[in-house]
Amino acid sequence: MSATQEDSPSQIPVTVLTGYLGAGKTTLLNRILTEHHGQRYAVIVNEFGEVGIDNDLLVESDEEIFEMNNGCICCTVRGDLIRTVQNLMKRRGAFDAIIVETTGVADPAPVAQTFFMDDDVRAAAKLDAVVAVVDARHVLQRLEDTSEAEDQIAFADVILVNKIDLVTDAELAAVEARIRRINPYAVLHRSERSSVEISKVLNRGAFDLDRILSLDPHFLQHGHHDHECGPDCDRDHDHGHHDHTHDHECGPDCGHEHAHHEDRHSVKSISLKAGDLDPDMFFPWINQVTQVQGPNILRLKGILAFKDDPQRYVIQGVHMIVEGDHQRDWKDDEARESRLVFIGRDLNWDVLRDSFNACAAQ
Amino acid sequence: MPTIAPVDLGGFVVRAGFVENSAFFADGEGNIIFQRDEDGAVTVSPHKSGLLAAEISHDYKSLVTSGDDGCIYSVKADGSAALVAERPRKWIDLIACGPSGAVAFASGRTAWVRFADGREREFSHDRAVGGLAFAPKGMRLAVARYDGATLWWAASDGNPVELTWKGAHLGTCFSPDGRYLVTAMQENALHGWRLSDSQDMRMSGYPAKVKSFSWSAKGKYLATSGANAAILWPFSGKTGPMGQQPLQLGTRSDALVTGVACHPTEQVVAISYQDGMIMMCRFNDNAEVQLRRPGRGPIGTMGWDRDGSRLAFGSEAGEAGIIYLQD
Repeated sequence: MSATQEDSPSQIPVTVLTGYLGAGKTTLLNRILTEHHGQRYAVIVNEFGEVGIDNDLLVESDEEIFEMNNGCICCTVRGDLIRTVQNLMKRRGAFDAIIVETTGVADPAPVAQTFFMDDDVRAAAKLDAVVAVVDARHVLQRLEDTSEAEDQIAFADVILVNKIDLVTDAELAAVEARIRRINPYAVLHRSERSSVEISKVLNRGAFDLDRILSLDPHFLQHGHHDHECGPDCDRDHDHGHHDHTHDHECGPDCGHEHAHHEDRHSVKSISLKAGDLDPDMFFPWINQVTQVQGPNILRLKGILAFKDDPQRYVIQGVHMIVEGDHQRDWKDDEARESRLVFIGRDLNWDVLRDSFNACAAQ
Repeated sequence: MPTIAPVDLGGFVVRAGFVENSAFFADGEGNIIFQRDEDGAVTVSPHKSGLLAAEISHDYKSLVTSGDDGCIYSVKADGSAALVAERPRKWIDLIACGPSGAVAFASGRTAWVRFADGREREFSHDRAVGGLAFAPKGMRLAVARYDGATLWWAASDGNPVELTWKGAHLGTCFSPDGRYLVTAMQENALHGWRLSDSQDMRMSGYPAKVKSFSWSAKGKYLATSGANAAILWPFSGKTGPMGQQPLQLGTRSDALVTGVACHPTEQVVAISYQDGMIMMCRFNDNAEVQLRRPGRGPIGTMGWDRDGSRLAFGSEAGEAGIIYLQD
């Protein structure tokens, strides 16, 4: 939102739409393009397919993954997006924002990394939000079958749980609990036929980032424990996702690890909390963490308070890339605190928490 | 003293230069202005919407343009425009003009060559085409691509030559003597191949991507943007730039070079910067003349007329003009 953003006004906001085939991305896109909201969008799609809109700023783009020659296997960008954004900048006055629709099986990381790693794209455009459209009826099956579905949810800032008219309340609760377990920090909206207020998915700015402050980190830290049942635990540890969400006693936002076989490498998250941080400790630490554990970090985001710094510092990252900037002054009625959230696989949460705590200002 | 005649343009200047005796300015909104000193200006907008690329024809008599309408036009200084080819719904953002009126263009992973007689040939690649260039002689087409470049025989069925170097290769050009092929990469570096033996040449050390390059008169140097000076790699010896230090001209501490245009006859290069300044520098003693003060946006395109007395330029912020070296 403009009130909290101090980025260069010339950077065009970019919304990335992800979601499995049939989840409702194209329906959402058509809705965005036909509603009268006074905004002009340039739209990059993987194929014209069913986008029923005649828009001269609608461009088809074949996924082109570029590996960077820097020895880092996770440092990939989308060459086609770099090229398309550069082409769009030749008509800078013709649109207000860019929407990128990805294929159902696309890895969201190279898309997001493009907006951090390519200098020309960074100068021109700014990642506003990753929006995942999820089919409430099929998503649990998708999560069983693929890792892309999990990545898409893990990456999202906003998740649209779509087709809720096709599931029962209990099924919906199970779906939302599963999504929450992968990514508790995304803003979740429910919809039928992708019907959602456009302002809830576009031009979010840093607005959604504040959500990481509103969640209780203690609650979230459950996510990394290896199941807290004792030896006499009588739960069935081999049950499927579907059963388990119905028969155990946790609430729908349960963050427990239930030690499923398939969960062992699945996405988890952690929220770290501290007061003022020492920047001379924090920056070397975050660089080291992302260098060493980058391949397993899907996303990180944070709002930080540095000692003797009147401004909030916001930070976000994808794999090995981290980017941060001052955002605005801390308000008088706001508690100065630092929150840092990691979403990833196979991370050593206890080490992360302890080393983060060591960055606290003395 | 150099004088500047400003030209009013709406949008991002994609290309500026000269065809016949007219300066031209092509902007991203699709407008092409031809400015003839004595006859005033002609504006033509052949594309339905935006213009993505513009290249001067091999005989310097027309401008070949492409747009997001999938059309390619040949536009003359009198304002006449002829459709060369069309690929509906494709954004055509790469063009190269070859001998005998041949035009190469690309979208996605496919490149096409259209010959003057209307014949067309298609060249497919596994990965997206990043850049196109014709060899100075003969119908040889270089396609820069991911992990290298492919040299096609544009007019016949001979086997292509594959040049390999890991990474994404973008804009490309042949040396004027046809002995070298150079590509700009996604990383901040140039790559080159000596074509006689496919010997690799790596030219790195740039703080930014190289987007503009220009060969000096007689092909002695390749001038490049992407640093806080124009970097000129020597190509006159047997081994090209290997083991040699490049010239660094027009060094500034506060702005990157965004465009270079070597003078057509003298050992002099016009250098444009991120802040809109233009300088002219002599190779042998680095003598500098300021041609334009900083403006509103980076200048990414410049072009000399045939005898080197006028320089056309355009910025990303829509500023454009003609610089006259003599009154």
